[in-house]
Amino acid sequence: MANHTLSVLVENTPGVLARVSSLFMRRGFNIESLAVGPTEIPEISRMTIVVNVDMLPLEQVTKQLNKLVNVLKVVELDSDSAVERELMLIKVRTDVATRGQVLETVQLFRAKVVDVAHESVTIEATGDSAKLAAMLNVLEPFGIREIAQSGRVAIGRGTRSITERAMRTNASGTSN
Amino acid sequence: MIDDRAIQRGRHKMTEPAPETLTGAQSLVRALEHAGVEVIFGIPGGAILPAYDPLFDSSIRHILVRHEQGAGHAAQGYAMVTGKVGVCMATSGPGATNLVTAIADAYLDSVPIVAVTGQVASTVIGSDAFQEADIRGITLPITKHSYLVTDAADIPRVIAEAFHIALSGRPGPVLVDIAKDALTANTHFVWPNELALPGYRPSSRPHNKQIREAARLIAEAKQPVLYVGGGIIKADASERLADLVELTQIPVVTTLMARGAFPDSHELHLGMPGMHGTVAAVGALQKSDLLITLGARFDDRVTGDLDSFAPDAKVIHADIDPAEISKNREADVPIVGDAKDVIIDLIKALQKQTADDGLTGEYAPWREFVLGLKSKFPVAYEAPAQGLAPQTVIERISKAAGPEAVYAAGVGQHQMWSTHFIDFERPRQWLNSGGAGTMGYSVPAAMGAKVGAPERVVWSIDGDGCFQMTNQELATCAIEGIPIKVAVINNSSLGMVRQWQTLFYDGRYSNTDLHTGPESIGARRIPDFVKLADAYGCVGLRCESIDDLDDVIAQAMSINDRPVVIDFVVERDAMVWPMVAAGTSNDDIKIARDLAPEWDEEVL
Repeated sequence: MANHTLSVLVENTPGVLARVSSLFMRRGFNIESLAVGPTEIPEISRMTIVVNVDMLPLEQVTKQLNKLVNVLKVVELDSDSAVERELMLIKVRTDVATRGQVLETVQLFRAKVVDVAHESVTIEATGDSAKLAAMLNVLEPFGIREIAQSGRVAIGRGTRSITERAMRTNASGTSN
Repeated sequence: MIDDRAIQRGRHKMTEPAPETLTGAQSLVRALEHAGVEVIFGIPGGAILPAYDPLFDSSIRHILVRHEQGAGHAAQGYAMVTGKVGVCMATSGPGATNLVTAIADAYLDSVPIVAVTGQVASTVIGSDAFQEADIRGITLPITKHSYLVTDAADIPRVIAEAFHIALSGRPGPVLVDIAKDALTANTHFVWPNELALPGYRPSSRPHNKQIREAARLIAEAKQPVLYVGGGIIKADASERLADLVELTQIPVVTTLMARGAFPDSHELHLGMPGMHGTVAAVGALQKSDLLITLGARFDDRVTGDLDSFAPDAKVIHADIDPAEISKNREADVPIVGDAKDVIIDLIKALQKQTADDGLTGEYAPWREFVLGLKSKFPVAYEAPAQGLAPQTVIERISKAAGPEAVYAAGVGQHQMWSTHFIDFERPRQWLNSGGAGTMGYSVPAAMGAKVGAPERVVWSIDGDGCFQMTNQELATCAIEGIPIKVAVINNSSLGMVRQWQTLFYDGRYSNTDLHTGPESIGARRIPDFVKLADAYGCVGLRCESIDDLDDVIAQAMSINDRPVVIDFVVERDAMVWPMVAAGTSNDDIKIARDLAPEWDEEVL
């Protein structure tokens, strides 16, 4: 079983998230991560879904997603040719003695401190899952009080735009 | 310039009649009329009530059913017989949830229906209001698409889209849930000239390259089989299929959903494949080197154990739904397209291939083999020493009513016997619940079919278990003048479950005795189906002996002003054969208990 990142362009209509999640539940597909947000076109939202499947079911996942009336386009993003990022907010226990070391870790991982209190700092970090895992690993000994993590977002490298392609396909009315 | 334009626009506006103000409910009924709806099956109630007032004056016939499930199956029966969209209507909450079984059934069998449900007012949605149920949420996994309408202005567009989606591509059920305040609000009626569904592109021409590849495989094959499913009927492709068979002389198997897609009387028709398929159909698939799959979906009831299904066959899989291709069995040549287009293109490609390269398939030894199976293992049964064989009853009904009649079965033994012992000669002759296996489908589906095709004789072939689930629609049939004929194949038990208990549970008949039979077998005749029919204003008849069989059927055939119910008291231990036990390989088909065809003798 491997993780695959799907970019799914959907019509920005009520219930579309429920349709997608209902489909995953019913067909027994596992969602590892899900992020939804607007795109440069107001009527279109973009979902980035990380699914954990074998190759053959992945084809089923994309075909079934394509069948949903509100889904405009499904593209699998290959990690070699796409930028993938997750955002993590981490509240770490600190005191006078450890604060310096924690800040040093923040520097090393090119993260940011976004809040400081007497006994903690809150760090904002972005990166791929490997980087975030490595950073957590280093921070662990200081004591992690709380984590909030976003789903993965991803975009293909290069000039090509999947939204443009989706709009073109839809305008010409052809099928893919 | 700007001023000129403004004036022009103003003038233009003035020449058009001011749009008429009407209620959302009136807009809904007008939209349904615009969509070409002739009949709605439904039951009114609180939230949908506003729609029933303009419906009263509409050209649309509303048939008041007795249970919403009946409305759903009737819409299915209507759709299956006419090829149009069937429509059912119900109120919010329990009205809507009662439709769920029929919607699920339509989803699994790809039947185009639109279900219109009332919803509580948008202002109270989510507050657990009286008769509130999130029917869109409930039906999300069993609809092709669904809508919740809270703005009256959306009604015409949504109805137009719903009908388009239900019927196009792979057909299926669409739910339109309309909040009560949208029905009562004032609005204007604007029928959309074109639909904006950017994410829905169902029509797709079969790919030329794949068609050529398929034609090449067909020419190279030695043991090909046309494995055809319900898609042939949905695509009205039966005549083209007949052309393809004439051209290629390749044997055909028709799935449960495709009975009638190719005439049973044709020599090359091997019957139905699957768990209760014929030896010839099952054997042909198992021994085949090429499955030409058209509008079928490798359902587990067809394949049995998937790993040992048609082990030596390459697969051409044509379906309008790309998600069906390679879902269960990997296709060597995938073709996305409407079955009719696929067959037309395939015929052209085969003819061109013959003309250009002199390539044609040579299947004579294979035909000899499968036709040998067909003649050696016909579908047969042993008549019991005493009592009436259920198979005989169905056989004789088919003889009396013929292929021009419509047959709607319930689910279970009588359904399987119907597939074997009715002569299927034409598409849309056969209605049943194939994918969902919904007991209770038959009577309301037959009702819908009779409404859709009033000129045809419509037989419901039902079981005593199934019949008790939806027979309340006899009241609808009697009052609305829908004279269907119901054959209750009464073995006083849940027959198919009983058969499994006989075979796999040492004859321990846990909870399968329905006591609808006579005292002579220790049953109590509860209910008495003849009295029940009488109570519902139908003609009730009973047949307990083969000596009366033809007379009783003839009597039923002669009554056309009322529904007829015949209680056929049949022998209860009859079983459905052949059978491939669940989860086992098709190679292990049994033609009777402990009796398997000897494949070794059947080597090519």
